[in-house]
Amino acid sequence: MHITIDPKKLPEPVMQRSAGYWQTVGRRFLQEKVAVAAALVVLVLLVLAIFGPWLAPMDPYQSSMLKRLKPIGFPGHPFGTDELGRDMLTRLIVGTRLSLFIGITPVICAFVIGSFIGITAGYTGGWVNTGMMRTIDVFYAFPSVLLAIALSGTLGAGITNSLISLTIVFIPPIARVAESVTTQIRGRDFVDAARASGAGAFTIVRVHVLGNVLGPVFVYATSLIAVSMILASGLSFLGLGVKPPEPEWGLMLNTLRTAIYTQPWIAALPGAMIFITSIAFNLLADGLRSAMEIKQ
Amino acid sequence: MLVFLWRRLVYTLPIMLGVALVCFALVHLAPGDPLVSILPPDASAELQATLKELYGFNRSYPEQFVSWVWRALQGDLGTSIASNRPVFSEVMKAVGNTLRLAMLATLIGFLFGCLFGFVAGYFQNSWLDKLASLTSVLGVSVPHYWLGMVLVIVFSSILMWLPPGGAGPGGSSDWTWDWEHFKHMLLPAITMSVIPMGIISRTLRALVADILAQEFIVGLRAKGLTDVGIFMHVIKNAAPTALAVMGLQLGYLLGGSILIETVFSWPGTGSLLNAAIFQRDLPLLQGTILVLAMFFVVLNLIVDVVQTLLDPRISRS
Repeated sequence: MHITIDPKKLPEPVMQRSAGYWQTVGRRFLQEKVAVAAALVVLVLLVLAIFGPWLAPMDPYQSSMLKRLKPIGFPGHPFGTDELGRDMLTRLIVGTRLSLFIGITPVICAFVIGSFIGITAGYTGGWVNTGMMRTIDVFYAFPSVLLAIALSGTLGAGITNSLISLTIVFIPPIARVAESVTTQIRGRDFVDAARASGAGAFTIVRVHVLGNVLGPVFVYATSLIAVSMILASGLSFLGLGVKPPEPEWGLMLNTLRTAIYTQPWIAALPGAMIFITSIAFNLLADGLRSAMEIKQ
Repeated sequence: MLVFLWRRLVYTLPIMLGVALVCFALVHLAPGDPLVSILPPDASAELQATLKELYGFNRSYPEQFVSWVWRALQGDLGTSIASNRPVFSEVMKAVGNTLRLAMLATLIGFLFGCLFGFVAGYFQNSWLDKLASLTSVLGVSVPHYWLGMVLVIVFSSILMWLPPGGAGPGGSSDWTWDWEHFKHMLLPAITMSVIPMGIISRTLRALVADILAQEFIVGLRAKGLTDVGIFMHVIKNAAPTALAVMGLQLGYLLGGSILIETVFSWPGTGSLLNAAIFQRDLPLLQGTILVLAMFFVVLNLIVDVVQTLLDPRISRS
């Protein structure tokens, strides 16, 4: 749940980039059964996110006063109903889209912004690097959960604000990884050679740095999705993210909290979805890391 | 050594200043007038101006920042808008409760994390290792607020062994050394301990495997040292890192307890933050975040210094 980076164990750039590199990575990835299983789970979740509204058996907003909090296995409602009588299975399926959206979007935004900051700092070096990285260090002084809640708490509840806060939370760790990998690349002979042959800074970054840096940073960002999912749903759980009646797992967990004595297992269902998603992304990131031979 | 301490301290000061700046900026980042929650909706322009003057909002940002930091250094974090009590005393009372919970959680997490990590690293690639690795993946992947709910369901709702929330019988929030109070702490602490457990066991597994692969272990074996003797060497080598990770985890738990405290209605900093956010009590919000972040910075500093003292291999330059 916390973003921890051991400075002594920052990933190293991936150097062997022959034509068959991605084939090798793919083959190695397929050999790891756990990672492949995790990838399949992620795939199923993505399918649910895209086609959920068509796959779901009922209308996620259709409430019924008579059928409130029916148990798992109730006729017509295989996963029971929630506190307003809405079908749980439908809401869990339809909720996939919003839950994945608020969990993955911040990591993508932070990946773009953080890589940009990190590569700029790493490639420029000198006082620019020092200045940028010291600023980043300030954000490290806040535990990620605290920073996310502090930001979205002051900005106010809502999806946009929770996306902004989580993006800010994930920029520093991504920038740090990108900076460290870029600094290592910058000292390699092929960069010197490119510079000696007259290539400009932009060309060197585009041709030599990006290709070697983005891989490790991408894998690192994948591992952040698990954290992001938990935090994003956590914000909704606190009432700071998605607003009712939208189906989203964290918010569903919040509104079902009152039901833990009457229908405990229904109340726990949305959290199980967050748990499964988070495990799948963690294992997928582990698999990618070892397939790409990134030491971390 | 003194030079190292001095350098580390000098490095921490700008970070502390930066943290203060971020906390200060939070209030001005908030949409709307920071005074909006205390002003009556039909407040006259005159009253608004007087209050602005009183809270210092009519001065320039740098001026406000300097005077805010100056007062914060003297322990004055302003007055809570909702309760009209000094923010500092409110926060300190809550920090005590959170610290107690976080320390117990870290202790549980450390003990089990070390156990799993050592076993996994020592018997690498055995089924024990796989089991321990699985536990640690589950530990870092679980949404802890959900785990808290599940534990309440199992231990409070079904088995009725432990209370579902609060810090003591009858809603008391002060600590006394008795079994009743300890029972209230148990579920939130166990919920909280899962994260440090996963992280510590992951770190230790890699560390122990690393140490066992080193040449001096072969040397010790050649010398005829028993497994127990070698185990002692491994512990000695792994201890500084393990303790450092534990210290940092305590810091993360202090700042990250808000979700768990909400689930268990625990009267700590998390509940305070939650209340501050929903009552738009900006001085309280600002003060709580500042204190928690400062705790974290200081803890980081202590961990760094202690680790360097314990481990002669770390260079002090």
